Amino acid sequence: MELAVRCQNLQKRYGDVVAVDGLSFEVRRGECYGLLGPNGAGKTTTIEILEGLLAPDGGEVEVLGCRWKTDEQQLRQRLGVQLQETQFTDKLTVEETLRVFRSFYHRGKTIDELLALVELEGKRRSWVVKLSGGQKQRLSIACALAGNPDLLFLDEPTTGLDPQSRRQLWNILTKFREAGGTVLLTTHYMDEAEVLCDRVAIVDHGHLIAEDTPKGLIASLGAPKVVVHQGTLEDVFMSLTGRHLREE
Amino acid sequence: MPTDVRRDPYRPIIELTLARLREFVREPEALFWTFLFPIIMSVAMAIAFPASAGQTVRVGVAPGSENAALQQMLAGAKDIVVREIPVDDQLRALRDGDVHLIVSAGSPPIYRFDPMRDESRLARLVVDDALKRAAGRAEPWQAKEDLIAIPGSRYVDWLIPGIISLGIMNNSLWSIGFMTVQARLRKLLKRLAASPMRRQDFLMAPMIARLAFLGPEVAVPLLFGWLAFGMPIRGHVISIGLVAISGALMFGSLGVLMGSRARTFEAASGLMNLMSVPMWVLSGVFFASSNFPDAVQPFIQALPLTALVDAMRRVVLEGAPLTSLWNELAVIATWTIVPFAIALRIFKWR
Repeated sequence: MELAVRCQNLQKRYGDVVAVDGLSFEVRRGECYGLLGPNGAGKTTTIEILEGLLAPDGGEVEVLGCRWKTDEQQLRQRLGVQLQETQFTDKLTVEETLRVFRSFYHRGKTIDELLALVELEGKRRSWVVKLSGGQKQRLSIACALAGNPDLLFLDEPTTGLDPQSRRQLWNILTKFREAGGTVLLTTHYMDEAEVLCDRVAIVDHGHLIAEDTPKGLIASLGAPKVVVHQGTLEDVFMSLTGRHLREE
Repeated sequence: MPTDVRRDPYRPIIELTLARLREFVREPEALFWTFLFPIIMSVAMAIAFPASAGQTVRVGVAPGSENAALQQMLAGAKDIVVREIPVDDQLRALRDGDVHLIVSAGSPPIYRFDPMRDESRLARLVVDDALKRAAGRAEPWQAKEDLIAIPGSRYVDWLIPGIISLGIMNNSLWSIGFMTVQARLRKLLKRLAASPMRRQDFLMAPMIARLAFLGPEVAVPLLFGWLAFGMPIRGHVISIGLVAISGALMFGSLGVLMGSRARTFEAASGLMNLMSVPMWVLSGVFFASSNFPDAVQPFIQALPLTALVDAMRRVVLEGAPLTSLWNELAVIATWTIVPFAIALRIFKWR
């Protein structure tokens, strides 16, 4: 099977802190792969290495069969990226922001198509500063989709959003998948991973501690728990680490 | 899904430049200062250098009957303004420039002044002349005065091109430096770095966007000088424009460099002050840089603002053709290309 992402024994440390410690996994073309784990597990560092924004200290990365060192420009044309905490320019409109991002790609969707895809037609001429959190996030996804990417990286795409906005975002991703796109996302929401992901890797302290389909992971909990209530990925995480996924 | 198959429907450099322009015009404060600075400076100059009135000297006299005769003599004289200053306030009045000279009655009268101050030396001559004449000095002859004012050689004419250059420097440095830091703080730079955007397009866009407002920025003080002071504008409009553009690009490039790594506004403004404040003094905006010793002249002449100020003055006041400004333009080109190349290498996108 053709691979969208292959990473082997990835290492990254910041001073004394080991952020990623020997992570290996593969993402197949056309699938949605989730990195699930608590804050500080190394998810963002991992995805930023795969996006070519960070250089790993060790290990190998291949994205769409290319390497960052040699094929950066070509690769960037084929990727869509949504980062945590990007704040677009307040006083540009939605359309103006999209035009800037669209201009970087040789091929891609029209502005109208992008606006329709993320359901922001009505906000076309609104300044970014006037958008709600969910609308800002959809704009961010639209910018990521501007070049009609083969592979989409999403870092905690629905953190901080209300339930309706999350659902809207899931719908956008489903449409992207139906068109043949591959998605790699990080999340600490179990329900999000269950709804969106074909396969999930559970990451903790920079290690991969489990990898399977959401169903398979829940099934691996064994009979007793499933009898008590329907298992979730939260239960999987707890049984693997003895901790909650999101420690309040 | 249908896709746009036209190749490159939008040009990155144009879209990035338009974005900068939009951002700028939608920021009322930025717009306000860009245009207000040259106007304020021009008005201040109009007040400081009234076009017609001659210079008067301000003379301090202590109150009291012993000085009454002295006051009367001076009051009648041309170009002298007399102020009563109590004895214990005289040093302060001299120091602050409230008066240029203190006269006390006596035989002969006593002049109190600081000979290091040009206006005080002038006041001494004027007052001395007035008092001696009042005392009945016989004039050997009365010279005929042929008064002229040569536009182009007055201080104000010399000052305006300097102020224009200073404005170009400030607006380029600060607007570009701050917007860059802001984009970094908002993590927008990181997002752009994750796209296939060419780095040099992003760094060049604000420099090009700056040029859009250069016209009025340069034209307002020039027109003001021409209308209010009869300042000559001898250079061709195209030459003046090209010098202004080259200056704006140069300081745009330096602004990009100053903002290339700073993570806070404080860090960026520290760097920009460190670079620009010495040039306010050294580059001959307000007083000729020839006042500085010969040993430091090569350094001063190599400064970006010196090159711009000199080129601007020569074009505006002398009508010098660009071909005669080889030295200045070479300095400007160097200060444009080198900082940009460095910024491109060291720029922090995270």
